[in-house]
Amino acid sequence: MNPIETPKTYQDYVDKKSPNSPIIKNCFNAFWVGGLICSIGQIILNICKERGFDTQISGTIVSILLIGISAFLTGLNLFNKIGKFAGAGSLIPITGFANSIVSPAMEYKSEGYVMGVGGKMFTVAGPVLVFGISTSIIVGIVYLIFNTQSITLV
Amino acid sequence: MNINWSNVFDWMMLLKCFVTGGLLCVIGQILIDKTKLTPARILVIFVTTGAILGGLGIYKYLVDFAGAGATVPLTGFGYSLAKGAIEEVSQNGLVGAFIGGIKATAGGIAAAVFFGYLASLISKPKMKKQ
Repeated sequence: MNPIETPKTYQDYVDKKSPNSPIIKNCFNAFWVGGLICSIGQIILNICKERGFDTQISGTIVSILLIGISAFLTGLNLFNKIGKFAGAGSLIPITGFANSIVSPAMEYKSEGYVMGVGGKMFTVAGPVLVFGISTSIIVGIVYLIFNTQSITLV
Repeated sequence: MNINWSNVFDWMMLLKCFVTGGLLCVIGQILIDKTKLTPARILVIFVTTGAILGGLGIYKYLVDFAGAGATVPLTGFGYSLAKGAIEEVSQNGLVGAFIGGIKATAGGIAAAVFFGYLASLISKPKMKKQ
């Protein structure tokens, strides 16, 4: 083996020996799992539209179904296996929101059904709702003040 | 009721949906791997970003382009909140800002609370480490 002379060659040597950074693999898995979950949502959305629901109601049905499915998958300990594999791929879609409600609730089940399950459900989902709803109120007020197309394009 | 399955499996739409949804998840994955943000904070960032982009009217284009690929990720949840608030404000004024967001997302939030509680009840508390 050649002696390692410069920092450059040493760095190359380290790069060759150390395992590949898993970020590419993680991103790939996140990409296709996330894309798949969204595509399932799109298929449900299309079926709802075909059955005559309007866009708003169809979107709500999609959310309810995906949330329900992932909540029960979390309860059956299947979702964390998907999550371990897919990372953000199952976290970023609305499935991750349901998962973030059920996971802490399961863990604190021993503290009782009211304060344990009922209370800890919102350890992660609580902040999401607080910031999401607060932002929507601010958006509404800003829209009210600058009620022009130039500020809010909607 | 007749369902036109060629409309349900609109491959072009599904492809756009798949790619957009996937890319949003990749952004989340990069945030997880490259920063020290906890998943909870990433969820908050996604919802807030979606609400702001929705309020600015930018996110609407992504929804028109990708359908569920833009609405299923949590940015879409934020977008629905902001869109609902704006619609309700234009009908009822100031009080609409407080009604619209939750009204538009009521189904999802109620389902999350209800199914979340049910699923926790039926779950078996199991140690995660095998």
